[in-house]
Formats: sequence, structure tokens, C-alpha cells
Amino acid sequence: MAVTEETTSAGGIGARMLRKEDGKLVTGEAKFVDDIHVPGELWMGMVRSTIAHARIASIDTTAAASMPGVHSVFTGAELAGMDLWAAPLPCAWPVTEDMANPPHWPVAPEFVHHVGDIVAVVLADSRYTAADAVEQVIVDYESLPTVASMEQAVADTVHAHSDLSTNKAYTWAIDSDPDGTQAAFDSAAHTVSCRFVQQRLIPSAMEPRGVLAVPSPIGGEITLYSATQVPHILKVMMAATTGIPEQKIRVIAPAVGGGFGAKLNINPDESLALVLANKLGRAVRWTETRSEAAGSTHQGRAQLQHVELAADADGKLIAVRVKIDADMGAYMMLITPGTPLLGAFLYHGAYETPKYSFTCEGWFTNRTPTDAYRGAGRPEASYAIERAMDMLSYEVGISPDEIRRRNYIEGGGPFEMWDSPAGLQFDSGNYAPTLDRALEMADVASLRAEQQARRDGGAVKQLGIGLCTYVEMCGLAPSRTLGALNYGAGGWEHATVRMLPTGKVEVVSGSTPHGQGHETSWSQIIATKMGISADDVTVLHSDTALSPLGLDTYGSRSLSVGGTAISMAADKVIDKARLIAAHQFEAAPEDVDFADGSFSVAGTPSKSVHIQELGFVAFAAHDLPDGMEPNLQEQVSFDPPNFVFPFGTHVAVVEIDEGTGGVELIGYFAVDDCGNQVNPLIVEGQIHGGVVQGAAQALYEVAEYDDDANITNPSLMDYLVPSAAEVPNIVTDSTVTPSTTNPLGVKGVGEAGTIGSAAAVINAVVDALRPHGITDIEMPASPMRVRRAIDQANGSAS
Amino acid sequence: MPASSVQIRLSVNGEMHDVEVEPRTLLVHALRDSIGLTGTNIGCDSSSCGACTVLVDGRSAKSCTMLAVQAEGADILTIEGLAATSPGDGLHPMQDAFHECHGLQCGYCTPGMILASVSLVDEYPDLDEQGVRTGLEGNLCRCTGYHNIVKAVLSVAGKEA
Repeated sequence: MAVTEETTSAGGIGARMLRKEDGKLVTGEAKFVDDIHVPGELWMGMVRSTIAHARIASIDTTAAASMPGVHSVFTGAELAGMDLWAAPLPCAWPVTEDMANPPHWPVAPEFVHHVGDIVAVVLADSRYTAADAVEQVIVDYESLPTVASMEQAVADTVHAHSDLSTNKAYTWAIDSDPDGTQAAFDSAAHTVSCRFVQQRLIPSAMEPRGVLAVPSPIGGEITLYSATQVPHILKVMMAATTGIPEQKIRVIAPAVGGGFGAKLNINPDESLALVLANKLGRAVRWTETRSEAAGSTHQGRAQLQHVELAADADGKLIAVRVKIDADMGAYMMLITPGTPLLGAFLYHGAYETPKYSFTCEGWFTNRTPTDAYRGAGRPEASYAIERAMDMLSYEVGISPDEIRRRNYIEGGGPFEMWDSPAGLQFDSGNYAPTLDRALEMADVASLRAEQQARRDGGAVKQLGIGLCTYVEMCGLAPSRTLGALNYGAGGWEHATVRMLPTGKVEVVSGSTPHGQGHETSWSQIIATKMGISADDVTVLHSDTALSPLGLDTYGSRSLSVGGTAISMAADKVIDKARLIAAHQFEAAPEDVDFADGSFSVAGTPSKSVHIQELGFVAFAAHDLPDGMEPNLQEQVSFDPPNFVFPFGTHVAVVEIDEGTGGVELIGYFAVDDCGNQVNPLIVEGQIHGGVVQGAAQALYEVAEYDDDANITNPSLMDYLVPSAAEVPNIVTDSTVTPSTTNPLGVKGVGEAGTIGSAAAVINAVVDALRPHGITDIEMPASPMRVRRAIDQANGSAS
Repeated sequence: MPASSVQIRLSVNGEMHDVEVEPRTLLVHALRDSIGLTGTNIGCDSSSCGACTVLVDGRSAKSCTMLAVQAEGADILTIEGLAATSPGDGLHPMQDAFHECHGLQCGYCTPGMILASVSLVDEYPDLDEQGVRTGLEGNLCRCTGYHNIVKAVLSVAGKEA
């Protein structure tokens, strides 16, 4: 378990290799979308609705259009008449046949459905002029009744879309034996019933979204630069919704400053830039401002959860029953309806239960649409079960670690291919060692003694210790499974590996990084597979002209799906090179060994050739085996046979000032198992960042809306993304349980930290407050909420 | 409405630049759009995130909180000019430390974070972990959880993380 701390500037699988990406980023040379400029470009300025639900009575663009520097102004109605779109913006995951999916046009033609819906677009010669002109557009709205909250959505007396008779978009369930589940509850020795609020979150990648569409002066080609996680999906969807021929569209995601799900959508601005640039023959660009993002980029979480557990007298689960009400926001974006369902299979967490029931209802509100945000459905699931397990431990009267040990899959020991009650097959796991190690690293025994001393002494600052064992499903995804879930595409990933004439290697990656370090990790895979230096490898990605096939980066899929494709393509290159080596050696291919980059004939050490020498041989093609095509280049589309199931146990330690209600996260210990690790340095970095994002949900972040569905904290002044001062060092360790469903034995780690940390932190907060009889607190556990909880528990009004 | 433009001279990374800006033009936009130094990034519109941090006469400043016209006469250092301020052909020690400690992922906050860290270490030679955390409070990062950023800054300050 102990890993070396030594970093290296080169290395293969398992090395703590320093990142190849860093040079451009620490010097400012990297180009993000807003850094790229072309002559004659026009800046878009979006006129956004200030009313959450309204009919547009009129729009006066005269003043704006006559301003110096303004090229043109288009209203939604005008654009609707210009035949620019073949279809509304896409939803790729209609989760049920009868799901409601009201049309989402890039610019609202008649009705607006959330604050931030675009009603008109200005084109101007600078970003300042565009912003000025936006201010001069006068819009007259006729307000309609507004669904400002989930409570109003579920009450269903006013409707977020006036042409729909209900706010309910769909009902989706895993519920094969409702009577059996009910019988389990009827016979249970212990039950708990909990309601949790997964507050709305603003993903807040540090780079705001932006787009630049550059038409070619001849030929009709158009290049779309976008701050996107999904250039390949964007290309297909733009072709499908604009009617511009797919082969004419090139999408480039240049340096992308974080995504966390918020950049895996097909957005109005992207579509607008593309069609306007195509129509006008001028480059068109837009960069989101931070406050604009609250209405222009999707948000995350936003669920009401009702979780019930039934257990026997020993606290062993006999049934888990879950009902979710999920806030879709105003429109179905790319995977809005499916996002809560990515958690549907995981509400039993790391525990065995004979009966399992999950139901989700999706509801429209007049708020910014929701969609994937780091973890996407799985942080919600792990939060619900891990909070509920703590509540069950109170009910049964045993410790939080003991309730978990009694319920872990296969007793907490190693397993492979475990059939879950939700119908999945977990690839591999071994949960108890992560708990043992986390408790040991945090020295929980000493912390408990300290906690007791503070309680006995009536200290103002009380200590809380929280646990979470999570399991998640990632590596999205087996295409057949996606098809069965009614998702509109597959889940494979593509890679090409080519050896150049000089023996250097180019890897073409279909997965598309935005901070994850693919160039480094993919080089390490090649280094180990082919026995060459990682420095001899270049990774091409994120440009559909260089990498025409791919399904991009989300759902912790890049390594287990895309990395596997690269590994398999490397194998095919080696297999072909082996034939060339055998031809040179005049030996049978099966007699040719490959080790450390060299082919040799067993027992004849003089006959040896390095694979990098064969790059030129295959290129020159003077003497290849009969019938062999020149060049060493192979490609693989890998469709994973299963998801992968990373897991781990986290311990959070908080100090609560009972006078102020302030919660300070003073310690965090994470033991994660993502299977084999390609680069432990990068794995740790993913855990650090993920943990802080989940802790931020627990303690700081919430997108707040008023009674008219205006977001009241759109800026980073009010939306509390934590700084370095709010978080501690994250102490990490790992166990390694290889995946059984891909040849590298890897899982995913991009979302794991976030999936584990919100529950650990809130369990710690509640643990600190237990002497008051407090059993739950809503996120974020702000000083006000904590103080009120203490006051209410002690019977005094606040 | 756009105001009339003014001509100013800005000293950036040791070079003088004659630029035409509006009186309201923010320093960060003059650096990025007029001079073409796009290493300084913009992450918010409320002076909260620090992505646009540059050094003004050696002290860190958020270049979205200054007008370009206010920067006339000052020596401005952006990320593009940082490496040249240290001896040799290599990077500045803070740039090396961020690389060696894996103190960046997407890299968008990094130029501002590095310049804020340079200023912090310069100003407070006796930094400890809490000092780094408090000193970087005005610079947000969404990727790293700050763990390795703190480690990088402490390593330059001569302290082990």
C-alpha cells in the first residue's frame, strides 16, 4: 500500500510522472478559447430574460442596432424565421417513451422559461460594445405564473411550461418486487426514514465557457472552437440540429479550464455562433461572464430524496427503498433527465440488501436547467445511503463503523462479479480494508477520546468524526446497456496508435482532457506497453480533424474505456511489428519474443531489433512480409463489457464552534481504490480536488433562488467556492483491487473524491452535534443552520 | 456608450507598449486584447477568483480591479515575463515548484496563482502552511483542492509541506 513519493520526468504505468501538460500552463502559453482571435470576428452579446416565465410581448432593438460598432441584432422571432435550425437543442437521453421534452431553441422565439433564457443576440466589433448594446435592447414581457421551487413543481398547481398540463416530466423506477419490499419493512426490527435535500450547485469551472466559430471563405467548412468536454458529441449534435453537413464541421476544444460536467452540453451559444458565422461569413465569438453563467450554464444536483432502510435486529439491511424528486430546471438538456438515474443503481451503497426499490420523478421548474455535475447522480446516491447508514447506527445503537462492517458486500472481503440487487454486476471489490486503513490513518481512537474530553469539559469547540464508504459506477459505458436505458449513443472509446518513421509514437485519443493529464497518462501506457520512453510519445486529442472518432471525457471514463483502447491499439501495433521482426529474422512469429521494446528470437540473442527501428522499415516498405500494408498504425474502438466500480472509505474531522455555529473542516483522510493506477500523482490530485468539491457542497455551496426564480448569488462573491483557507490538507492512501473487466485492471478516479466527501463531512457535523439529540442537518451546513439546529434541539427559538 | 479612446504607455514585462484604450478599459482587457498577452486569465466578474493576478510594481494585484489608465507608469509583470526575472534560462522557481508538486490540473487559475504566490513568498519570508492558505485566499482553484498548491509554495519558501 505504501507508494514511493519520488516523482519522475519519464516513466511507465505506475510511475509518479510529472505532467507533460504543465509547461504551457505555467508560462501562460496555453491557448484557451478566449485567447484565440481571428480577423473580422464579431462578438456576441446575449440579451437574457430577466423574468423566469413570460411571454415576450415585444422587443425593441432599434437603439442597439444603431450604435457604432454594432453589426446586427436578432430577436428569437427573427432567428426563427431565418431557417437556421433543423431541430431544437438536443436531449440525448429521453429516459422514458412518454417523457415530456418541450422544445429548447437557442433563442426563445415567444416564451421564456428561466432567468437567463436568451431572447435576442447582438453582434458587435468588441466585447465592450456588445455588452453596451445588450443594455440598449428593450424587452417587454408578459409575466406568467412561475415555478420557483421544487415544492411548487411537485404541488403542480402552476406549470413551468404553460402548454404542459403537469410539471412532471417522467417517472422511472427499479421496483421488481414492491410487495416483497413492503413485507421486509413490515417485518423489520429497525427502520429509518430520512429526507435529504441535494441543493442546487453551480459547477464553477474556473474557465467560463466560451465559443468561437470561424467559417472558411470558400468551401463551406466551419471550425467551432469551444470550451467543451465533448468536441465529438458537439460536432454530431451541431450537424443534426443545424443541418450543416457533418463533414463540414470541425470542432476544436483547445486548452479547456476545467469542466466537472458543466462543459458536457450542447449549448445555445455554441449553436448560435455556428449558425450565425455560417450565415454571415464572419467569425463569431462569445465568452461567458461568471455571473451570466448562472443562467447560461447548467447546474447540478437539485434533488429531494426520501430514503428508507429496513434492517433486522442486528442492523443487517433487509430492504432499501428510495424515492427521488429531481429538478430538471426549465429544459431537458443533453442528459438532464438521465443524470439522477446514474445514481439509481447505487442507493444500497457498499452494502448487501435482498430488496431494493428506486423511483425517480423528474420535474420542470423555471430555473436554470440541471445536468451532469462531477459525480452526476452518484454523489447524491452515496450521500443518501451513507447518511441513512449513520441514522441506522443510531437506531440500532452501534457505531458507524460497525453498522458498515455488518453490511458490506461479501462481509467486506474480496469479491468479483457480484450481482447487485439493482441488476448490475460489480466488477470487483474489497471494502473493509479501506475502512480499516482510514480509521488507522485518522487515528479515530484518539479522536474519539479527544471528542469525549471536549464533551465532558463543555468546550465551545466540539469535535465531530464522520465516515463514508462509497462505491460508484463509472467508465461510461457499455453501449448495449446505454441502449437499454434509452440513451441516444454508445459508450465506446476510440484510439489510434501510430509509430512514425523515426520511431516516435503518436497516440490519437478520442477522450478529451480538460485538466486530467491525458497526455501524460497515455504516454505512460505506451511507454510500458511498447518499451519506449514516455518522452517519445505525443498525444493528439480534442480536435475532430485530428481525432475524428471519440466519445469524449465524462463519467470517469477516459482511462478505463479510452486508456484501454490505447492499450489494445498498442498491442495491435506490437503484433504487426512482430511479423516484420519475424520476417527480418526469418523466424516464425510465434518464436519471436517482445520485451523492453525489443523483438528477439528465443535462444538467439544476436537476432534482436528494437520496435522503434521498425517504424522506418514499415514506412519504407522495401521489405515487408508478402501482402502486408505499409506503416505501423492501428486503431481500436473499445466498447467496455461493463462499468467499473471504484470504492473507498473517507474520514472527515470537523470542529464546530457551538457559539457561532461555524464548522471548520480540520482533517480529511481518504483511502480510495481505483484499481491499478497509471500515475499515482495524478490519482492523488483527482482525489484532493474531488474531496474539496464534495466538502464544498456539505459546507458552503448552494445556488439560491428567490420566490420569482431569480438566482440571488450568481457571482463568486456570493457563491462560496472554497479557497485554500477553508480546507485542510487531504491525507490519502489507496488499496488496489484491479478491475476484472478491462485488461489494464483500471477503474476511474475523476469523481470518486466528490462521491465520498459530502457524506463524510455531514456525518462528522452531525456526529459533533449528537449530544444535542440532532440526527440530521441540511446542506450546506452553514453557521446559521448549525446554530438554528442547536437552538431548536435545546427548545429555544432562534 | 463607448467613450472616446485614450493613448497610454504600459510597461509590461520590461517592454513599453503604446496602446489605445477606453478610459473604462480594465487592465486585464488591455493586457489580453490590446497587447495580446493572453496568459492572464479571467475567471469572474467580481474580483473574487484571482485568475487575473499580475504583479504591479512587484506586488500582486487583480488586473480586473484596475483600469488600464491607472497602470500607466507602473511596472507590470505577467506570467509571460516571470521566467525572465530569475537567473538562467529556466523557469522561475515558483513555476518549477507548481510543476514538480503537481500544483495544477486544468491550469486556468495557475498564472494568477503563481504570481500571487511569488508575491506572497516575497512579502512573508517566514510562511507556514496556514500562512500560505490565508495568503492565497483571494485565488480560487476548482481542480486541486489546494493541497499541492500549498505544497509547491511551501517548497519555494523553504518549508516542507
